[in-house]
Amino acid sequence: MAFAAFGHSGGSKSDFKTPRKTSVKVAMALLIPGMLYLGLFFITPLVSLVVTSLEVPDGSGEIGRYDYGFEIANYWAVIETYWPHIARSFFYALTATILGLLISYPLAYFIGVKARRWPILQGLMLTLVIAPFFISFLLRTFAWKQMFANESLIVTTLQSWGVLAPDQYLVGTDFMVIFGLTYNFIPFMTLPLYTSLERLDIRLLEAGSDLYASPAKVFGRVTLPLSMPGIISGTLMTFIPIAGDYVNASSQFLGSSETAMIGNVVEANFLRINDYPSASALSVLLMAAILALVTFYVRRSGTEDLL
Amino acid sequence: MATEFVARGSNLDLVGIRKEFPGFTAIDDLDLHIPAGEFFALLGPSGCGKTTTLRLVAGLEEPTSGQILIGGKDVSHTKPHERPVNTVFQSYALFPHMSVLENVAFGLKQRKIADPLKRASEALDLVQLGHLAGRRPQQLSGGQQQRVALARALVNRPSLLLLDEPLGALDLKLRREMQIELKAIQIEVGLTFLHVTHDQEEAMDMADTVAVMNKGRIEQMGAPEKLYDRPKTVFVSKFLGQSNLFIGKIVETSANSLSIDVAGYKISVPKDRAEKHTGKIAIGVRPEKADLFQTKPADSSSENLIGPGEVKDIRFTGVSNQFLVDVPNIGLVTVFEQNEGNSTVELGDQVWISWKVEHSFGLADLPADTLDEE
Amino acid sequence: MRFSLGKWALPLYTVLAFIYLLIPIAYTFVFSFNDSFKSNISWRGFTFNNWINVCGEPGVCDAFGTSVLIGVVSTVLATILGTMIAIALVRYEFKARSSVSLLLFLPMATPEIVLGAGLASQFFNMGVTKGLGTVIVAHVMFCLSFVVVTVKARVASLDPALEEAGSDLYATPAQVFRKVTLPLLTPGIMSAALLAFALSFDDFIITNFNAGPVDTFPKFVYTAASKGIPAEANVIGSAVFLVAIIGVVLVQLNSARKQKRLLAGK
Repeated sequence: MAFAAFGHSGGSKSDFKTPRKTSVKVAMALLIPGMLYLGLFFITPLVSLVVTSLEVPDGSGEIGRYDYGFEIANYWAVIETYWPHIARSFFYALTATILGLLISYPLAYFIGVKARRWPILQGLMLTLVIAPFFISFLLRTFAWKQMFANESLIVTTLQSWGVLAPDQYLVGTDFMVIFGLTYNFIPFMTLPLYTSLERLDIRLLEAGSDLYASPAKVFGRVTLPLSMPGIISGTLMTFIPIAGDYVNASSQFLGSSETAMIGNVVEANFLRINDYPSASALSVLLMAAILALVTFYVRRSGTEDLL
Repeated sequence: MATEFVARGSNLDLVGIRKEFPGFTAIDDLDLHIPAGEFFALLGPSGCGKTTTLRLVAGLEEPTSGQILIGGKDVSHTKPHERPVNTVFQSYALFPHMSVLENVAFGLKQRKIADPLKRASEALDLVQLGHLAGRRPQQLSGGQQQRVALARALVNRPSLLLLDEPLGALDLKLRREMQIELKAIQIEVGLTFLHVTHDQEEAMDMADTVAVMNKGRIEQMGAPEKLYDRPKTVFVSKFLGQSNLFIGKIVETSANSLSIDVAGYKISVPKDRAEKHTGKIAIGVRPEKADLFQTKPADSSSENLIGPGEVKDIRFTGVSNQFLVDVPNIGLVTVFEQNEGNSTVELGDQVWISWKVEHSFGLADLPADTLDEE
Repeated sequence: MRFSLGKWALPLYTVLAFIYLLIPIAYTFVFSFNDSFKSNISWRGFTFNNWINVCGEPGVCDAFGTSVLIGVVSTVLATILGTMIAIALVRYEFKARSSVSLLLFLPMATPEIVLGAGLASQFFNMGVTKGLGTVIVAHVMFCLSFVVVTVKARVASLDPALEEAGSDLYATPAQVFRKVTLPLLTPGIMSAALLAFALSFDDFIITNFNAGPVDTFPKFVYTAASKGIPAEANVIGSAVFLVAIIGVVLVQLNSARKQKRLLAGK
């Protein structure tokens, strides 16, 4: 549901381009409270994160006590210690994003293009796409864990077929975590795709085949490029939350210590062992990587488009 | 409410109005007087400043300089809700969350006038929509929405009613019907109407006075017949109907007529129908005022004659046949002949073109593409 | 006529995709009726007890109540702030427009863990004790941009001539806002508020970093997950799901009916 907002933002058909009012006073009165809020509770926390990431232990020997410092070495230390987690996070995020795109595209295409003639069906299918949002994210993930649990029908069947060895299980594996990540973020991919496919002018496809393009070529040369805004915002909106997720990969849910991602490390360092500098340094690194990615994407599509 | 509302309409005066937007000047030193009770049309192409003029009068824009007076009172810096004017918007701007009746009663309720709903239904009856009072605007056709917008404005008995291309969204047939109806309503209520349009037929059909606007200025103003008969500038001669223009030098001046040498032809124009009396001048004639001849007619001092030229194109429009004649050294000349069923002129024929001297008009300026020889 | 794979492949695929999307929901729903004992892992028989006695499990209902409270307060605040920004962005011209857009976009492009850890480190550095207040502050922050995006789309599709017509018809700027702008924006504001509530209600990551001892429903589920989530949590999840889905379907059917009536009226 969150990303319905993203998807629908590209300017609706009936946008009015009229002279905007120039009263600076009113504009500022409307803007300042919200901007101040974001400044205080979004920007300063990021600064605070950077400051914390450079702190040094205060020498008292007590856990969780740090002094301000400028310890760049914190960054080298977390990269050295946690590079498998960093690499794993991006590997999981990339794989789950691609899988999500492959699963979502035909679905979005059917709802947005093929089902146009039946608006009520279209509406109901859209509701079904966002239906998972209406039930807790954690409950959904836990349901998969139960279904793929070690004594579950699925696992015992796979074992009896020889797909899994008798002492091989699914929960705690890369497969299971990627499965969960893919599943949980499919609506975030489908909705932006749907929005751009829904606007696709069918006459363009007809023009394509009229001009001797095969169905595959029409798809490659017309449909795909025209749905690119949806693909860009869908992949972005899937990749970012996945890279920072720690629920799927945690051992209470689908993962194990073998599948820990950046999020799990940050959580453990921050909330359990109180190693704030390491947790902050990792967060800053994650943020920097995401910002680089977003900048790359934004260069191609423009902020106004995404907002 | 401080503003008084009159029943018969008020004068509108614009004095030295200038409106600048970042990067361009929409209106440049505009003076305008519209007498009370008149149907006044501002006619011009899009971007000429006519809609900005209307928005200035409504108070939706503030002039950079100059004064706006309604009924002699300076309203230049009052807010739209304080002005005794109402607008029929181009998109109608009917409130979609209110019924038709509530829309019409909106202004009355704002001004706390007694019996708003009763007055609103009367206004709806005036535009023959009393039976649709309970509907939502979205449920009405374009023509019906247009009438609701009109009723919503008229019910307030404004000193001045502003109409911003009010018929622009209607199809041609409905447009012509609404023109007649709008004019009838204006006569019935007797209010001052300021009508902005780019449709010259609409302006000429309805307005008592038409002002032709171009690039932020009024080029010419007057009764529609006068404007058509005696355009004073190239722009007006081309925007209001069609014109054939000939450029030449004035070579002879007599007591009441000028002779112009146009590529060797001698063309005459009455002195009082020319804007200038010396030098280079553009002479015009309307296509329907010119006649075609297949044999050369005798020279006459009361007629201008050019030709022969070759017929390049004939268009049949029903009421008239439109001929395009290429006259050597002059160029293409358009002639309309009434379709009386006896035209024998064919494509490629050599023809002469003549018109009465008193149908010529001399313009103040020259077409922009005229070469400045000598 | 021969059986055309091309014609049926896509609808078939769509059905399978929906089954895949809905399986965990069905599972959660079914297991809300499980006659569970301690943990709710294997099927032990059908019962209504969990539904009737949903608050029987200690903590579940308190956590649910806390989530609703946080959701309502955060939604109201975020919706007010966000609507103001959306109106300013569409209707007013000002120089800092691109910086404002960027500032609104960034929180949506930031992983939740960074938002959560950042706020937590700020609260820690400032010596603020975590609790209900800090959770609400955090939720308003991450809901704000989503509200702006949703309301902005609605403002952009609102013909400015409507507001001009209001002032032309003698309404003061304040009356125009109350009688014209606000009623016309209401659907957009309502969907923004629903979105904000859903985001707040289901948030776990940011909450986990900033809640301190406060237990929200997702936090309760997360904590319980290590020993097995009680069936009562499934009941609450399923009940919320049913209310939301029925609400959405009703709204949709209603607007479809309105559409039909409008067309018939023409």
